[in-house]
Amino acid sequence: MNAPANASGNARDAILKSVRDALRRDPLDATQVAALDARVPRHTRPAHDEDLVTRFMRKFESRAGTVERVASRDAVPAAVEAYRLAHRLPQRAAVGAALKDLAWPEGWLIHHEAAGITEALAVSPALAGIAETGSLMLASGPDSPTTHNFVPDDHVVVLETARIVDHFEDAWTELRARPQGMPRATNIISGPSRTADVEQTIQLGAHGPRRVHVILVG
Amino acid sequence: MTSSPTAGPRVGLFATCLMNLFRPNVGFSAVKLLEDAGCSVEVPASQTCCGQPGYNSGDYDAARALARQVIEAFEHFDYVVGPSGSCMATIRHDYPVLFADDPQWLPRAEALSRKSFELLSFLADVRGAAATVDARYAGTATYHDSCSGLRGLGIKGQPRALLGEVDGLKVKEMEDAEVCCGFGGTFCVKYPEISEKMVDDKVRNILATGADTLLGGDLGCLMNIAGRLKRIHAPVKVFHTAEVLAGFADGAGLADAPKESR
Amino acid sequence: MQIRSDEFRERSVFAIHDANLQTALGRARYGFVGKRAQQVADLPEFEQLREEAKNLKNHVLDNLDHYLARYEQAVVASGGRVHWARDAAEAREIILGICKRVDAKTVTKGKSMVSEEIDLNEALIDNGMEVVETDLGEYIIQLAHEPPSHIIAPAVHKTRDQVSDLFEAAHGGPRKTAVPDLVDEARRVLRDKYFRADVGITGGNFLVAETGSSIIVTNEGNGDLTQTLAKVHIVTSGIERVVPTLDDATLFLRLLARSATGQETETYTTISTGPRRADDLDGPEEYHVVLVDNGRSKMLAGRFRDMLRCIRCGACMNHCPVYGAVGGHAYGWVYPGPMGSVLTPLIKGLDAAYDLPNACTLNGRCQSVCPVKIPLPELLRELRHLQHQQNITPVMQKRALGVWRWVATRPKLYHALEQIAARALSGIARRGRIRRLPLAGGWTDSRDLPAPTGRTFLELWQGKRGQQ
Repeated sequence: MNAPANASGNARDAILKSVRDALRRDPLDATQVAALDARVPRHTRPAHDEDLVTRFMRKFESRAGTVERVASRDAVPAAVEAYRLAHRLPQRAAVGAALKDLAWPEGWLIHHEAAGITEALAVSPALAGIAETGSLMLASGPDSPTTHNFVPDDHVVVLETARIVDHFEDAWTELRARPQGMPRATNIISGPSRTADVEQTIQLGAHGPRRVHVILVG
Repeated sequence: MTSSPTAGPRVGLFATCLMNLFRPNVGFSAVKLLEDAGCSVEVPASQTCCGQPGYNSGDYDAARALARQVIEAFEHFDYVVGPSGSCMATIRHDYPVLFADDPQWLPRAEALSRKSFELLSFLADVRGAAATVDARYAGTATYHDSCSGLRGLGIKGQPRALLGEVDGLKVKEMEDAEVCCGFGGTFCVKYPEISEKMVDDKVRNILATGADTLLGGDLGCLMNIAGRLKRIHAPVKVFHTAEVLAGFADGAGLADAPKESR
Repeated sequence: MQIRSDEFRERSVFAIHDANLQTALGRARYGFVGKRAQQVADLPEFEQLREEAKNLKNHVLDNLDHYLARYEQAVVASGGRVHWARDAAEAREIILGICKRVDAKTVTKGKSMVSEEIDLNEALIDNGMEVVETDLGEYIIQLAHEPPSHIIAPAVHKTRDQVSDLFEAAHGGPRKTAVPDLVDEARRVLRDKYFRADVGITGGNFLVAETGSSIIVTNEGNGDLTQTLAKVHIVTSGIERVVPTLDDATLFLRLLARSATGQETETYTTISTGPRRADDLDGPEEYHVVLVDNGRSKMLAGRFRDMLRCIRCGACMNHCPVYGAVGGHAYGWVYPGPMGSVLTPLIKGLDAAYDLPNACTLNGRCQSVCPVKIPLPELLRELRHLQHQQNITPVMQKRALGVWRWVATRPKLYHALEQIAARALSGIARRGRIRRLPLAGGWTDSRDLPAPTGRTFLELWQGKRGQQ
């Protein structure tokens, strides 16, 4: 009990009444409610004539993200190993369970649980890519815990090119299509973490990952 | 009685308090420019103030009292034109708002609003008067865009287009030409330190252009900036744009000594 | 946060002379203004989006009761809880209640202006909890025991040197001076807090009725670590933040980062919907939304309704020359600049913040950059009108206006006085200017007054034309 249920109910009624008093009307009737529920929003979307994959890569890279392309999903472990070597990371990673069937290198310590405070590297599957802004969409779940996206210094994201959509609205369509409903957290990630809070100087790796690397498959 | 026997629209000149008291040369410049553009000009004697000081202080009743006076003095002209974006924006935009709940005065306020114009935009947009500008000014000027003229009335290109017709004049744009100079009516005396900072920023931008002249369309702004320029002994002449366009900028600029010549 | 808006005059004068602040403000201003201008230039649809955003907000406000009810329904359906708070005290009570129930020792916070508005941190601290601001700017000012000076960049007034001092004092250890080292140190210190937090509190840029989600945008990812690692996630948000659908939220997302920091998008846009699911491997066990009224429903009724469209982007203050001269602390409360000058008197009372609506030239630059087209100068003038009507305006000013009105509605008298003034002023002028004028020190302390020529235009005109 956060506050007596009565008090919260009173506050709710009082606030909604205050809103209606301000609007000088009674609660909407059934017809009006149905009309609002049936409303289909249509807003202007920024137009462009770029190929979606090209645009996604260009925009993601413009914010200090990195992208590489591989032909198929099988090539992912080798790409991650190359990344690990290039950044001198230890041979361990938190890997989203959706990727556990891949042939991860021998000697690696891989787990699929939430990321712990010492996590250095995570590899996640993206639900979609958004070409409009060059952003990744990741949905929390047993296959891709949220902590993978924020705790480690290095985050590698596997994205199938077929899952790159044009605008945000197209990404929401993907979200709505999920049989399990909305995830606890939908993360739209547009590059590594950054801050400009000290003298307006951009610094990467404020709290989230310092580096985000996308492996584009297909 | 009209000022000229020509046909063409009858314009009532809105003198403005500041022009009337501090800078009549601007009024005479305006009359010349309007006559050259084919208008006949009258100056109703019953005008005093547009009411903006009351309006911006939240005294809407006082503003309405002044507005009624302006409407009565000017509504029978074809156009009302004034050398100030600030005053004319008040007449154009604020009068209809002030009388929104007054069925008797609202139509009159709206009618006046439709035919009220700031001078430079009137000359350029309504009279297409660039061709009638016949003046000379030797110097480099930079331009201050007054906020009410710029944002209230969309005045930006018109003064520059008209000045483009002045022989010998170069216009060099300053950084932040569109940023407020810190006048703001009573703001400059109510919050003088902030106003001083704002006018110093403006002065810095003016001096950075190397221009020897500052021009603009509103005397409030020009007096504010000229006052600061003179206080720091900056050698920049300040004129209202109308004075240069009319060829009446050969004397002292704002806050310059009357017998000085440059 | 204790309101000190009645100190605006003194604080603004000091601010103008504070060299560090002026340097910081200049740096921030040119960054935000220039970058926003570039974004606007790069997006041909920008003006169209502004108009649509204004209309959408108005639609939501017209149907606010409906959308709030739908939102609550969807939050509950996703396993979350909604609490309603009429005022700041009620909001604090609710949040304290949640924290105490789970025996919270450590509370992490993403940036939430509403939480400042309701004085949340003090209440939690008074009840024995450690409160850690995780937005780097908020963390810096928390260490400095200062309020935020900007709603997007709360520590914009701090220099690097000042941050080095604060970190050295708070963290112990060797003094860092380079920006990367300072940020790394904060990252390390705060990481520990995230993992120890019992409760994570974030704000809500938007609340989506369709899905019962709250949306936050950050560049740092601090809001995500705050909400994901704690056992309880609390969202604090004003009631006006609800939008109908994800597609509607998108319209505002397209305007928000561009208007705020001049980025196309911030690094992280996070849509949070309820607590962790049964098969989630991480995430909070509880998800609470505290909907705060605190004067907003009243604002809906009157001439200030447009202010409820605000999406807290900060563009208005970035472009305001007064804010640019004095910074945020002069305004004395949570919200500075133009939007703060409207909100502070409305939420805290007209007499608590007399100067805020008056310290404005009504230049309109704020309105021209507001992504939802709030007519800020009109609202500020309207506040002056209320001050005038309620006699909060100083008596001298009211009397002066009364005299001015009396004289100005008598043209012959007015003109006679102008003629006297023209002669008097030109009489005391030297070389075309007046350097000192009794009673006009506000002008002449820093400016010469250009002198009249001695005759008014009207008398010269009438002389020339032979009219009387």
